[in-house]
Amino acid sequence: MPRRDPIGESAFTRSGLILLVVAFLGVVVFLPLAIIFAEALRNGVATYFAALADPDTLSALRLTLTVAAIAVPFNALFGLCAAWATTKYEFPGKNLLLALIDIPFSVSPVISGLIYVLMFGAHGVLGPWLKDHHIDIIFAVPGIVLATTFVTFPFVAREIIPLMQAQGTEEEQASLSLGASGLYTFWHVTLPNIKWALLYGVLLCNARAMGEFGAVSVVSGHIRGLTNTLPLHIEIQYAENITAAFAVATLLAGLALVTLVIKTLLEWRYADELAAAHRTVGAH
Amino acid sequence: MSIALRIEQIEKNFRDTQVLRGVSLNIEQGELIALLGPSGSGKTTLLRTIAGLEFQDRGDILFGDINARQLSLRERRIGFVFQHYALFRHMTVQDNIAFGLRAKPRKQRPAETEIRKRVSELLQLVQLDGLESRYPAQLSGGQRQRVALARALAIDPRLLLLDEPFGALDTKIRKDLRQWLKELHHRTGHTTIFVTHDQDEAFELADRVAILSDGRLEQVGTPDQIRQHPANDFVAEFLGQKQPHESARILPLKRKTF
Repeated sequence: MPRRDPIGESAFTRSGLILLVVAFLGVVVFLPLAIIFAEALRNGVATYFAALADPDTLSALRLTLTVAAIAVPFNALFGLCAAWATTKYEFPGKNLLLALIDIPFSVSPVISGLIYVLMFGAHGVLGPWLKDHHIDIIFAVPGIVLATTFVTFPFVAREIIPLMQAQGTEEEQASLSLGASGLYTFWHVTLPNIKWALLYGVLLCNARAMGEFGAVSVVSGHIRGLTNTLPLHIEIQYAENITAAFAVATLLAGLALVTLVIKTLLEWRYADELAAAHRTVGAH
Repeated sequence: MSIALRIEQIEKNFRDTQVLRGVSLNIEQGELIALLGPSGSGKTTLLRTIAGLEFQDRGDILFGDINARQLSLRERRIGFVFQHYALFRHMTVQDNIAFGLRAKPRKQRPAETEIRKRVSELLQLVQLDGLESRYPAQLSGGQRQRVALARALAIDPRLLLLDEPFGALDTKIRKDLRQWLKELHHRTGHTTIFVTHDQDEAFELADRVAILSDGRLEQVGTPDQIRQHPANDFVAEFLGQKQPHESARILPLKRKTF
């Protein structure tokens, strides 16, 4: 029998911990996911596909993808800027800025949506002006994009900032002193060093952007075929046709799984590089 | 010999602290100079100011006839070796060394074959041939140091600046590398300034040693001049500190030198 790892726990503790995690994940994550698919297919495959082919469902899917396609790149860019500004420079109010970035995490999404209604809604601060110029924000797509962007903006920034803080600025200094321009330094030194964290942040941001319910619910107005995203559409369906609701839910679950697969594929594809980046100095 | 670098009355503050209080120093072409002093004496700040990584509040730095104020960081063409090397962790050894050449504006950039040739020459010079495809994390401290040196040499620097070049290495490797650096300097002839707090290192390696304390230059001279005629009490005391005479017998606890 192999000798027990001197700093490890006893076999009992180890298997106990593993069992606990597996059981927890099973009840909290896997079981509900399985139920979604089971319920969706309860009335047969035909009903399932009919629910998916419904014009309102397709329109909700389109809107969800559109919103994510706008909010995610914007937040990736914002996250990069914020991370750069807060890790490479020293300026007064820096900690306040870092705290501000966290606000969407600590504020209830419903409040986030409400803020935009109070600003851009018919009775909001900018409402009359917007009305005069025939610009629709609340109960329209721009409001949904704004609310989603607000709720998801910390994801990328929060993922990169700690990494960039840990890495410091020496490599950038080295690059500049070797004659590279600022832009060249960013593309060839900074970005490669943070690309995995950036990618992870983007994936998290994307998952949340597609799944956001609360904030979007407040600003959307729930107009079928126009301002319903997938999560909102699921809610409506849940009251009317449970099987259809679960069918649409499998779409969201599917999008989440695709996200996960992409992440795994990328990690597998670049495993060598990742390993090299994490490898510690060998014996010498 | 011509003057490669003229440092004139450099002053530098960090917030309320004055780090450099009017330092002046001339360095000749091809010289190997040590900036020696206790921590907090301003030696690293002086080195970073020469490199253009910090800006002086007052005073001038001249490369020959050119005032460094007129030069951007990239135009300064200074080979800077960081204390912890600052190698690009996601690049192989050869890509690290080639970085300065590839980063040049298109018009000045050598052809890729030329770059490869230069990299393999440098790999040979720093005795790292065979390791060109390794990543920095796969190298020992001494090897990383030499990659950093090769990377700095690749841009054909007008000055080579080394910040505590042996600080992060263990004693055995320090000694070897010291000798090796001296030989390298003889061969390549680059005007070189290195920062150290270890007087053995400074005196063994450098043509001249500049001793700093509290932002002021206390004395500049050859190792012999300084040893025989310390300019003031500080220098005498600083030099005396490390002589392994009575203090070593009285105190069994060896004083740390770094």
